[in-house]
Amino acid sequence: MESLPSLDELKPKPYMNPYFAGIGLGLVLLASFVIMGRGLGASGAFSSAAAWLVQQIAPKHAASNNFYAEYLGDGSVHPLKDWLVFEVIGLFIGGFLSAKLAHRVKGGIEKGPRFGNRQRLLFAFLGGGLMGIGAKLARGCTSGQALTGGAVLNLGSWAFMMSVFAGGYALAYFLRRQWI
Amino acid sequence: MNAPFYKYGLFNDEVSLIVAVLIGIGFGFFLERAGFGSARKLAAQFYFTDMTVLKVMFTAVVTAMIGLYYLSVFGVVDLSLVYLTPTFLLPQVVGGLLLGFGFVIGGYCPGTSCVAAATGKYDGWVYLLGMFLGILVFGELFPLVEKFYYMTPMRTVTLPQVLGLPYGLIVFLVSVMAVGAFAAAEWGERKMAAKKAEEKS
Repeated sequence: MESLPSLDELKPKPYMNPYFAGIGLGLVLLASFVIMGRGLGASGAFSSAAAWLVQQIAPKHAASNNFYAEYLGDGSVHPLKDWLVFEVIGLFIGGFLSAKLAHRVKGGIEKGPRFGNRQRLLFAFLGGGLMGIGAKLARGCTSGQALTGGAVLNLGSWAFMMSVFAGGYALAYFLRRQWI
Repeated sequence: MNAPFYKYGLFNDEVSLIVAVLIGIGFGFFLERAGFGSARKLAAQFYFTDMTVLKVMFTAVVTAMIGLYYLSVFGVVDLSLVYLTPTFLLPQVVGGLLLGFGFVIGGYCPGTSCVAAATGKYDGWVYLLGMFLGILVFGELFPLVEKFYYMTPMRTVTLPQVLGLPYGLIVFLVSVMAVGAFAAAEWGERKMAAKKAEEKS
């Protein structure tokens, strides 16, 4: 029995103090600026993957589309051999490591108690889709625009960040059943 | 010392991809530490019950902003070599609104959904699938929205340039604003907790 970890050890640990987590995140972002001359990102990696997929299925179609073409480049480098693609691979690893160390890796669906599982998954899908479209229109998501552009005082990023909060708060009332 | 290191050719593209993975690990680590693998915690931001999103985000922005500013003042980092996305105001504001809608509907943003997926959340995976298809829809419709996509171009432009104020002053003002936002967030959380306790009793 002694070799088994006690229940207490397996319990998920509490989250980090938000200000300390923010400082940690800010230092990672700063390191990216200093080492690479660029910030963090997320949606861009999926754009590269999407462009690559379209190229595999319909190469001519992909080449004639300016959006895909931007992510495919001139063909000298594989579209997936991209900085953001590798950064997002790290993002998955880092998220998993942190959760594993704190006993927070657990299957499940995140939602409020009054909301059904199938409904929640449908909303996750629709919200994701909307985000995909919005992030491309805005030339980046919360990582690439709000966080990164925010720190370098980019005008478009600050306008974007305020719009994200405005959009979220505007719709929050109608979605309260999902969360609270 | 000359930074950004990559721009000064201190290492090649292959090495930059290793750096990418390492920076990504740090990124994912702190997102998860903050609790951003949980859609409920993220969405709570929009109901004023848990303002962690605002606190983490603004602390991170201010930390990196102040760090970068002082490194440039001391001549370590050449700010002009740090990449800025060009501003296209209207599509970015509309895109931001769509992202805000998507955030409260889907419960994640692209980065946090990766953390949710990596830690086993099914809604995180479904969100990622939705986002991927959303990007494909955008790509397919791009010829139709291309005109709007390039509307209101303002090139690369920063707040100090628009407002005609010194960079350091904006850094200071944003920091003060952040501290004010933190105080308001703490006050709001206490208020909401008190309200909840009252409802229970």
